[in-house]
Amino acid sequence: MSNARIQLPPRIVEGDVFKVRLLINHPMDSGFLRDINGVLIKRNVIRHLTCTLNNQEIFRAEPTTGIAANPLFEFHLRAVKSGEMYFRWVDDKANIGELRHPLTVLLANSSSAPKP
Amino acid sequence: MKRLPKSSFASTVLMVLGLLSLGGLINTASAQQRNIPLDQLKSGLAYSSDEVRGLQLDDDFSSLSAHGIDKGAQLWKQVAGSSNKSCESCHGEVTQSMKGASTRYPAIDKATGKLFNLEDRIRSCRQKNQKAPNWALESDELLAMSLHVNTASKGMPIQVKIDGPAKKHFDAGEKLYMARQGQLNLSCTQCHDQHYGRRLFNDKLSQGQPNAYPIYRLDWQYLASLERRLRFCYSSVRAELPAWGHVDMRNIELYLKWRAEGLPLEVPAVRK
Repeated sequence: MSNARIQLPPRIVEGDVFKVRLLINHPMDSGFLRDINGVLIKRNVIRHLTCTLNNQEIFRAEPTTGIAANPLFEFHLRAVKSGEMYFRWVDDKANIGELRHPLTVLLANSSSAPKP
Repeated sequence: MKRLPKSSFASTVLMVLGLLSLGGLINTASAQQRNIPLDQLKSGLAYSSDEVRGLQLDDDFSSLSAHGIDKGAQLWKQVAGSSNKSCESCHGEVTQSMKGASTRYPAIDKATGKLFNLEDRIRSCRQKNQKAPNWALESDELLAMSLHVNTASKGMPIQVKIDGPAKKHFDAGEKLYMARQGQLNLSCTQCHDQHYGRRLFNDKLSQGQPNAYPIYRLDWQYLASLERRLRFCYSSVRAELPAWGHVDMRNIELYLKWRAEGLPLEVPAVRK
């Protein structure tokens, strides 16, 4: 069951700078809060998030307890080539989350490129 | 003084009873006058702070309810129970089959004669037709599913039926809405009909409209059903809480939905 969603612009042309948005469903327990019975909730945050495009790392983040639940990651890329984006994140419980998403870069001045 | 014969005394009693019941009828008929005229209805969003409004309206992608919606969409397609069916097997595309469905609940269930809200309907379908282990009220799955069904009615006006077998539920709901309750001895109508728009401590009182549930409530950091919100109001006035799924809650929900007639359904919604 996928627990993240990704958003890219509908049309990406070679050379464009575009925004990638990734929203992950994660409690991001800071380790400072207690549950209803007063028991400390163990720290569980996403430690490490990477994004690769065609096996080449293009983005990495190391969130800590200061990030709220269900974090939203945004970063910009320059469109060079098409490929598969692969997101992978690990939390303190060593749970691994993954998301694969195709990236289609249209050639500049290409007649096959659909009109927006 | 002439004593009335026994028979005439009985008939007088009957007549008085008759008048009383007639009075009852007149009461309920006149009570259907609205405390807030239809053109003055406002969603709770109108009484929220700019920050909360921004959270709801900015964009749907990063909405706080996003994961609930995604989960609901997955559950819709997931095969469950001994029937080996998913919701999709019978109902097909949610945007087609469930269009407007959320605006009509609570409604009377024909099979049992009980008043069902949307969550009850989903639970009953899951039990009877899917033959799957049921989802508890307020469980993640149930909230996600009712949110997913709501997406098919986004922006559609609320329109519930209060005639026929629903009438007695409506009347009971109205009575409950008007009745003072709890240690604070307050009724719903005192805050939400007579004082909406004014401040209660740090919050603006809303009209108490039910047009956005399940909401994402910042206070709870989670999706919440109308029933949970009602229970919160109950405990706020320190009233005795009915059991989860109690008919009182359904009655009051029916009254609230009637009261909100025509308000568009907000999906997904955020409240403080």
